[in-house]
Amino acid sequence: MELIYAVLVQPFVDMYLDPLIFIETVIKGLMAGVLYSLVALGFVLIFKASGVFNFAQGVMALFAALTLTGIMEYMPDGLPKWLTVIVALGATVVIMILLAVIIERVVLRPLVNQELIILFMATLGLSYVLEGAGDLMWGSDVKVLDIGLPTDIWDIGGVYVEQLDVTAAIAAGSLVAVLAIFFTKTRIGRALRAVADDHQAALSVGISLQQIWVIVWSVAGIVALVAGIMWGSKSGVQFSLSLIALKALPVLILGGFTSIPGAIIGGLIIGLGEKVVEVFWYSVHGGAVENWFAFMLALAFLMFRPQGLFGDKIIERV
Amino acid sequence: MRLSKASIAIAAAGVIAGAAWAETARADYDSYTVPNLVYRTGAYAPNGIPLANGFIDYFNMLNERDGGVEGIKVDVVECETGYNTKVSVECYENLKNEGQSGALVFNPHSTGVTYALIPKASEDKIPILSMGYGRTSAADGTVFPYIFNFPATYWSQASAFVKYVGEKEGGMENLKGKKIALVFHNSAYGKEPIKTLETLGAKYGFELMLLPVDHPGQEQKATWLQVRRGKPDWIFMWGWGVMNQVAIKEAAAIRFPMDKFIGVWWSGSENDVAPAGPAANGYLAGTMHAPGSNFKALEEIKTHVYAKGNGAGEEARVGEVLYNRGMLEAIFTAEAMRNAIKIHGTKDIRGEHVRDGFEAIDLKEADFDRLGLKNFMKPIKITCENHEGDGPIAIQQWDAAAGKWNIVSEWIEPMHDVVRALVKEDAAAYAKENNITPRSCS
Amino acid sequence: MLYRETGQFKRNYAADQQLFPIFQDKILLAAILVVALAIIPFVINDYWSKAILLPFMVYALVALGLNILVGYCGQISLGTGGFMAVGAYSSYKLCTAFPELNLIFVILFSGGCTAAVGVLFGLPSLRIKGFYLAVATLAAQFFLIWMFNKVPWFYNYEMSQITAPPREVFGFLVSGPQAEPAAQYLFVLGFIIVFTWIALNLVRGRVGRSWMSIRDMDIAAELLGIRPLQTKLLAFAVSSFYIGMGGAIIFHIWLGTVEATEAFDILQSFFVLFAIIIGGLGSVLGSFLGAAFMALMPVGLKVVLVDWIGMVPVTAKHIEFMLVGSLIIFFLIKEPHGLARMWQIAKEKLRLWPFPY
Repeated sequence: MELIYAVLVQPFVDMYLDPLIFIETVIKGLMAGVLYSLVALGFVLIFKASGVFNFAQGVMALFAALTLTGIMEYMPDGLPKWLTVIVALGATVVIMILLAVIIERVVLRPLVNQELIILFMATLGLSYVLEGAGDLMWGSDVKVLDIGLPTDIWDIGGVYVEQLDVTAAIAAGSLVAVLAIFFTKTRIGRALRAVADDHQAALSVGISLQQIWVIVWSVAGIVALVAGIMWGSKSGVQFSLSLIALKALPVLILGGFTSIPGAIIGGLIIGLGEKVVEVFWYSVHGGAVENWFAFMLALAFLMFRPQGLFGDKIIERV
Repeated sequence: MRLSKASIAIAAAGVIAGAAWAETARADYDSYTVPNLVYRTGAYAPNGIPLANGFIDYFNMLNERDGGVEGIKVDVVECETGYNTKVSVECYENLKNEGQSGALVFNPHSTGVTYALIPKASEDKIPILSMGYGRTSAADGTVFPYIFNFPATYWSQASAFVKYVGEKEGGMENLKGKKIALVFHNSAYGKEPIKTLETLGAKYGFELMLLPVDHPGQEQKATWLQVRRGKPDWIFMWGWGVMNQVAIKEAAAIRFPMDKFIGVWWSGSENDVAPAGPAANGYLAGTMHAPGSNFKALEEIKTHVYAKGNGAGEEARVGEVLYNRGMLEAIFTAEAMRNAIKIHGTKDIRGEHVRDGFEAIDLKEADFDRLGLKNFMKPIKITCENHEGDGPIAIQQWDAAAGKWNIVSEWIEPMHDVVRALVKEDAAAYAKENNITPRSCS
Repeated sequence: MLYRETGQFKRNYAADQQLFPIFQDKILLAAILVVALAIIPFVINDYWSKAILLPFMVYALVALGLNILVGYCGQISLGTGGFMAVGAYSSYKLCTAFPELNLIFVILFSGGCTAAVGVLFGLPSLRIKGFYLAVATLAAQFFLIWMFNKVPWFYNYEMSQITAPPREVFGFLVSGPQAEPAAQYLFVLGFIIVFTWIALNLVRGRVGRSWMSIRDMDIAAELLGIRPLQTKLLAFAVSSFYIGMGGAIIFHIWLGTVEATEAFDILQSFFVLFAIIIGGLGSVLGSFLGAAFMALMPVGLKVVLVDWIGMVPVTAKHIEFMLVGSLIIFFLIKEPHGLARMWQIAKEKLRLWPFPY
């Protein structure tokens, strides 16, 4: 009886009694969700265009952030900050694009038409390589990433909102907007969608698969850079950054592997759900349930929609 | 043909016998093997690197300055574990018979790995120095003859924190009705202090709030919302790796007063406060030794090692908290080796002799002066029963503007009466479960 | 030439259905068994046992289990680490609650417990497929690890790090710090031999064929009268049984002490999945080859880079990472069906060698 009360009644009473904390929990949950979405977005882009479940996305975020801080360290001191940041960002983007080209040449091209799980494994191998290379080049110390993002908080009537979170949300929002325009309005975007729909058909109308893949991986690399900046500003750039990929997985299955809006909405649901449960059901579970709860939540959704909320409908034929 | 084969065999046998003879006849080793299980890669590398650097630099300095320990070079063999238990076990087995002396001591640098190595090392008669971490009840030398966790255990440290809080609140009686939150790494390590804090909570009437953070601890929003909701008066933190940095940043983001936030001594290095920037100003952490590079021993490391270009890290980072701690591990190890040589009257020491050397550690103020570490830490004495020492603990505070740690408290004596009873109880349970007869120390 | 089957006639059904019908295979197997049973126990030491042979054998057993699920039944699972933890913790509970119980039964029973848990988490597989299922099994991974870390009953209300008490089997100490490496090795080897034999027979029998038909196309299999739910759940059960035993052996024999959050984390799940893909999906031999590759290559690379070339350990580690990653990619490109398939090709070549035409 007590347990039932603790599970079903007490948390809602707490929410009512402490509305400020509840509002803050909701806001922070949504913000955390945005950060998850940023990582999930990279997964979705690549899965959509090439059917590759790119597990290296987390390591790519680490690699991008490491490269960024590394380049910033090597910039001459006298330059104004904004110039340093812009040059370093530009250089990092170039490196991520180069990386995409190399990945396409070395890893993807020889594996065309292989089973999904083989491609998945190849990206895991890739994550080993990138991890080793990133550490070897830039060292394993914590690096402080400061590109001038606001780190203070706003106190709105007792509700604390972190400016960095808001920045991340704006960045994610604009990224999605840009991607949406890119996908719908440009020639390359249309080609991308064609490839995502049907490789064979796209090939037959003269779309170069290789070129499309390089573009997609470059875009995913840039998304990884944004994710790396947002996460890295918080904790410093270090190896653990690569583990954020795990936080994106429940978002992916919830939103569907192939849907960009799915990644965003999935992220918001997961972020919100896990924070509210963690905070308000604390007396039931005693904390640290976020990780499995996110997966359970996604699993519960999957039982009703096996392709995720926005994923392509699975059609099975004999 | 036959004959030549036989002669080869005889010759080979002769060579082997000769080698064996040479082995027994030589009075001293060429070098001592001191392995070090380090992690310069992986999620905990930022903390592992300065620890490892301090350790190896000190021995390199001894090799340069004195030709090693008692004139015999010390060969520090690093094995990269990535904070992984399975790899650490591989490293341990690989290195335990390394060199002429065999491994003289192991520093696991992880509480989990320490647990894994305790039974095996006791069997192989190699001491484990888990300096200020590892299994707390290993402080009982009768049950754990080969394990050392001085200068203080987690439980002692937790009790010292409670004392500090009591002092700041104006007396232990004022702890009644206060609320202390423990933010901890959700593992055997992080859970260590819970029992002690619960016992003390019952004794002094403060409420304990437990907030676990899963590895690696990149995302802690919920934990700190919980703090917002529970409004604890003080926060203790048992963290490691990225968890520390994120926690300090989140604490700042909810405007928690930093001078009421105390980290364990593994949560109080320069790395941990750096990403939070000025917001970390005032953050407190426990410590067993003084911070800073203003010590003669560190100067000697700079002249004998860094000036010759043999430093393991950057010279600017000599004197960081974790660097000093790595060096302290090396100092204790070297002292134990010297003691072992003195006690056993031979330079051919092995792990079991070094164990006796550890149990003979008795460093007074004058000894620290001799080591070039004036006022670095309090005198320490290890005995056969007591592998923990009496470890007074200090609280250090981060000064963000100056970018350095300062000791801000007296040296606090842990509540031995409470902690030792818990240690005895836990050690006895371990002895019973594993059929160990506690040795007699008298 | 070396591998010629001509002249090896089967004169009855029994001969036709034996596990190793080809003479050369029998010789090879016999040779491996002789080395494993009669030579290694006399030369084994702590290092070879704890750093090389035990990891290889344990991961081979676990990989075999996962291969049954992924390779034969086509259900991708990333919950391996969690299931290993179930095996380890149930064996700890069993052997502390019943100190008299023989360790063999402890390990078998903990396999049983894991099978039950595996079935439970296998239930969604009827509706969820492919990568969605893979990620869904992560729910099992994270939940189980959380539970073992959280609920004190599982670790007898002490430290959350559990330690294996010393136990004897047939008068030989196999668990605890005093155990002889040879005894531990033979104990695990016994499990490996028996359960490899069982697996070989399972996968070629009716059960194995129904798994494979589900893997190849589940709707078609259903039309043929194979009940998908039962078949998939059976695969989950058998697979988890193997994985659970592996977890129990890791705890009792190899490490002697484990902590759920560290020893059985998500990386273990990936590690084993790696092993079976590198080794070969849907191949018993592949499980062994893959486990050997994944468990031994880092050790081998370390020996080469650090001990022979004299590289700084940390640089060696980074390079080792890159090499392992590149080798994985290389093997996937060269032979996506794994090392087992390479062995098969080698055998084809040997059949003709040295006259390929």
